[in-house]
Amino acid sequence: MSVTTPVDRRSEVEQFLYHEAWLLDHGRLDEWLGLFTGDATYWIPLQADQTDPLATSSIVYDDRRLLEVRIRQFQHPRAHARMPAPRTVHQVSNVQVVQAEGDSLRVGSTLVLLEYRDERQRVWGALVEHCLRRTGTGLRIAAKRVDLVTSEAELDGIVCIF
Amino acid sequence: MNVQSIKALVQPDRVHRSVYTDPALFDLEMDRIFGRAWLLVGHESQVPKPGAFFTTRMGREPVIVTRHTDGSVRVLVNRCAHRGARVCEAAAGTTREFVCAYHGWTYGTDGRLCGVPLPQGYERPAAESIGGGLAAVPRVDAYRGFVFASLVAHGPTLVEFLGPLRASFDDLVERAPEGEVEVAGGVFKHAYHGNWKLVLENHNDTVHPAFVHASSIWAAREQPAAEGGAYSEIGVRQMLQNGAPWEVWENTGLWVAGYGHSWMADYHDDSRLVAALDHPAFAEYRAALERRLGREGAARVLGELRWNSIVYPNCSFMSQFRQLRIVHPIAVDRTVVYAYSFRLKGAPERMFRDTIAFSNIVNGTGSPVLTDDLEVYERTQAGLGVTRSDWVYLGRGHGGDVPDRDGALRGRTGTSEIHIRNQLAAWLEYMTAEA
Repeated sequence: MSVTTPVDRRSEVEQFLYHEAWLLDHGRLDEWLGLFTGDATYWIPLQADQTDPLATSSIVYDDRRLLEVRIRQFQHPRAHARMPAPRTVHQVSNVQVVQAEGDSLRVGSTLVLLEYRDERQRVWGALVEHCLRRTGTGLRIAAKRVDLVTSEAELDGIVCIF
Repeated sequence: MNVQSIKALVQPDRVHRSVYTDPALFDLEMDRIFGRAWLLVGHESQVPKPGAFFTTRMGREPVIVTRHTDGSVRVLVNRCAHRGARVCEAAAGTTREFVCAYHGWTYGTDGRLCGVPLPQGYERPAAESIGGGLAAVPRVDAYRGFVFASLVAHGPTLVEFLGPLRASFDDLVERAPEGEVEVAGGVFKHAYHGNWKLVLENHNDTVHPAFVHASSIWAAREQPAAEGGAYSEIGVRQMLQNGAPWEVWENTGLWVAGYGHSWMADYHDDSRLVAALDHPAFAEYRAALERRLGREGAARVLGELRWNSIVYPNCSFMSQFRQLRIVHPIAVDRTVVYAYSFRLKGAPERMFRDTIAFSNIVNGTGSPVLTDDLEVYERTQAGLGVTRSDWVYLGRGHGGDVPDRDGALRGRTGTSEIHIRNQLAAWLEYMTAEA
């Protein structure tokens, strides 16, 4: 029987988030999608402190099905807004296990993302919350929430994954 | 720039690229089009009680829309009459007065100056010297709760201006069981590096979806079906609908009217897109609508199949799906679009969930559909900067326009570019009219 200490757990979670970032920065979108559970949601709220994805619009609110459509669309040769596809660097830090209950972990982190596409670099900052679930094949993402500090700003189209 | 040189830019089936790229023409547009036309500024539900306000722009002019203590809606220029600072910073709120941050000049919700510091320092009362207070936009009117304003005192009435397009606002409002709608669910603010006309020309362009949205059409087709109650259903259906066969687009109705307005209708019936159609909530909604309108009345309202309606020069809305976009020109090659959702008062909450899900796909800044539109506007703007080629060709359906009721014209088919030619005809009229 193994005992997971808080330090081990944070380290495990950090490795998971770094791996997720690595997949995104290397364009391995199908593998990234594979990190999500079948009932997962991927959410970029429109409003600061938004509590409800169904009563207020969101920059992105994908259930698993829409997320699959999105990732498939991203890889189509006529996905114009991703021609060429953005190159990114995800800088993940300030990782904290906020809550641990049974097989579920709630993890907060800070994301700074550099995105380059079509002669333009954009910088994004976000507070991220992952709801992770321990499964037979390791940690999986049951829900990911990305609160962009610019979510309420006038924004050009967003075609990268946070 | 004289009238003759402006007239030379717009021909029956083509337009000169400078209409999209020349900063001097843009300045003139802000004066002669956005400075004169009725512009949609918002909806009465955004100022529900006296003291409620929100800020927006009319062209490049920042304005405050307020509900005064007497219940009337006022539109005030957001600039202190003293030294020019912006008076109101908040996007929306409730207040008894607007206080300038610089020297504390204070204005009522009707714009009247009600306080200045050290009043004894002036030869005569400050209010007299500055014309009373915050400049009031001279004309404000509303149609079915939608608030319009014009920066000039003279011109057509709002009813004359809207003409047959009023029926699209009627459609939006009549769909509510209580006969009223309200703004709800947040506002998208999406931007692109391109001229403001490009978005208005695109919304009733029925040839573009098959090409611009090819990737999301394909991605949706590849996706296994889900149960109809799923959150994602309406979004996936919308992506699929963009891939409708040509005969659907050809048979779609496309009408234009005076002042540059247009609307698209007879596009598809509810069964294609209303994800809740089989849901008990929809039966509940229909029953609520029937209580107000009767069975026939409700069937007539639900049988109205309007898609995008464009109120030239600053608004595009979807009455059937309760989305409304206000176009804010920032520069000749920069535009911001604010997109709002509306709640049908008296309808089950589930209906609004679908409105939100639909908005995320149609107007969402991260939407796999909308982002491809924004990309194409930017490529178009880039192409129009090319100096070796001067003309934009708008010949599709030219010569085939069919006169219809209420002075409207109908495109020979739904893929006609009649709506763009009509917008440019209005553009020319505004740009060459006497002040």
